[in-house]
Amino acid sequence: MSLEVAGTGEAKADGPLKLAVPRGALLGGTLDALDAAGVDTAAARGESRALIFPGEQITLVTMRPSDVPTYVESGAADAGITGKDVLLEQSDRMVYELLDLGYGRCRMVLAGRKGDRRLGESQRRLGMMRIATKYPRVAERHFESTGRQVETIEVKGSVELAPLIGLADGIVDLVATGRTLEENDLEVREEIVECTARFVANRVAHKLRAVEIDGLMERLREATAG
Amino acid sequence: MIHPIPPGTRDVLPDEMRELRRLHLALIETFESRGYGEVATPAIEYDEVLARGDGRAARSAYRFFDERGDLLALRSDMTVPIARLVASRYTEAEQPLRFCYLANAYRAVRPQRGQMREFAQAGVELIGAPAPQGTAEVVEVLEAALDAAGLDRAVIGLGDADLFRQLLAELDVDEVARRAILIRLETHDLVGVEEALKSAGIGDEQVATCVSLSQLRGGREVLERARAMGSEAVARAIARLEQTFAALEARGVAGRVQLDLGLLRHLGYYSGAVLEVYDPALGQVLGGGGRYDDLLRRFGVDLPAAGFALYLERVHVAQMEEESRRGGSG
Repeated sequence: MSLEVAGTGEAKADGPLKLAVPRGALLGGTLDALDAAGVDTAAARGESRALIFPGEQITLVTMRPSDVPTYVESGAADAGITGKDVLLEQSDRMVYELLDLGYGRCRMVLAGRKGDRRLGESQRRLGMMRIATKYPRVAERHFESTGRQVETIEVKGSVELAPLIGLADGIVDLVATGRTLEENDLEVREEIVECTARFVANRVAHKLRAVEIDGLMERLREATAG
Repeated sequence: MIHPIPPGTRDVLPDEMRELRRLHLALIETFESRGYGEVATPAIEYDEVLARGDGRAARSAYRFFDERGDLLALRSDMTVPIARLVASRYTEAEQPLRFCYLANAYRAVRPQRGQMREFAQAGVELIGAPAPQGTAEVVEVLEAALDAAGLDRAVIGLGDADLFRQLLAELDVDEVARRAILIRLETHDLVGVEEALKSAGIGDEQVATCVSLSQLRGGREVLERARAMGSEAVARAIARLEQTFAALEARGVAGRVQLDLGLLRHLGYYSGAVLEVYDPALGQVLGGGGRYDDLLRRFGVDLPAAGFALYLERVHVAQMEEESRRGGSG
């Protein structure tokens, strides 16, 4: 189902489509998906420290996954790829979420120390759990929607540390294989949501560069299907 | 000594003010020359009166008590105050009524360039003129306003606010699920739309129809493609859009209109045609509007109405971006 939209209402495009590409854990899967969708990613795969890789139709702009919604919302990037975890945490950013790309699958979970009863005890005796997380808004929404009060403590680095030395009763974090939890003697207590990579677009670019964005979206859909 | 002002508000200094004033005058002259008389209404109104217009979406973020204990609110747009004004002062007047304004409105947004909590809107209201001619006149004025602002690359998106409401009713989706689906359609969260449709028990084929319908945008050909999806609700919406588009063509102003079946506006009072304005130099929407044929009834007069508002500061940013782009390309 490819949508060819042309003629009325298409603005003259300003150069190549700027696509925000996440560095870090999603980078490999993203470049593979783009390759399969016919986008040249050779330059971005090299050793170069450059952040921008110009192409004829599509220019790749690499950045932290959590910056992708910021760039796409403002229109500095026309479209982008980032994790659902980032989109959930920044749900006030106005970007169009167009496609579930399926890769980068991981779970947002509540975890505590193995065999430790602190989470339940704090809830029962103090009426409130202390939760360390890089995703304070996702965590707050989850506990609010399940009728529990928490104090979220936002940390930037290794979240696993927090319950081990008594900063928090538990953590809300993203888990791919579960190895980090295992190595730190932590266990999953609740699953909050499953996250995968998503294709997002700026709302104005989605209208004014409809042909390019729909085309890329369809090729990505085919490339990541099954 | 530095004295702070609230987040999302700002001072405007002479260089910017001069440019804003030029833009302001160009827009108001455009509106006035087409018979739209300028009005001003108070920035503060009774909360109860504004809430009558749209309790949910346009509810003011800034409310406070006056010395008598009455709850007041800062307006979040001009459409509701003008509906109030028409119902109070123009019930006997000859129609259609044409008003324009340039006024500040207030919303609790995340402040950034072109998005302040106190912002100026320039727009028109056409009251007593039904679709499709009333809608076409409003689009014609909007085009003239964009020309007056020098935004010759700007595009006007035209959609139908009732399309999905009626389609979901036709598919027997219950009220709660319908609300959830519409919110996701408004924010164009296609992954969420698909999930919400599936959990409402809609069959795969119809889910695919809804999703691809919301992605249809372009010229007249999208109407044919939508019609091919074979639903009565869709056919009715397409008929409305077709009439509006034909009226636009007859006025010679269809050239930069993009039909967009996925276009929904957040404000709850829209019915029928909805509009949005985009410029390729800016990642934000420049303005919007549409029909609100039920709004006046909430104030006790049953009149069809349509209008639009442009965010003055965003139009100014787009002007500057377009200028530097033209300068950059020689």
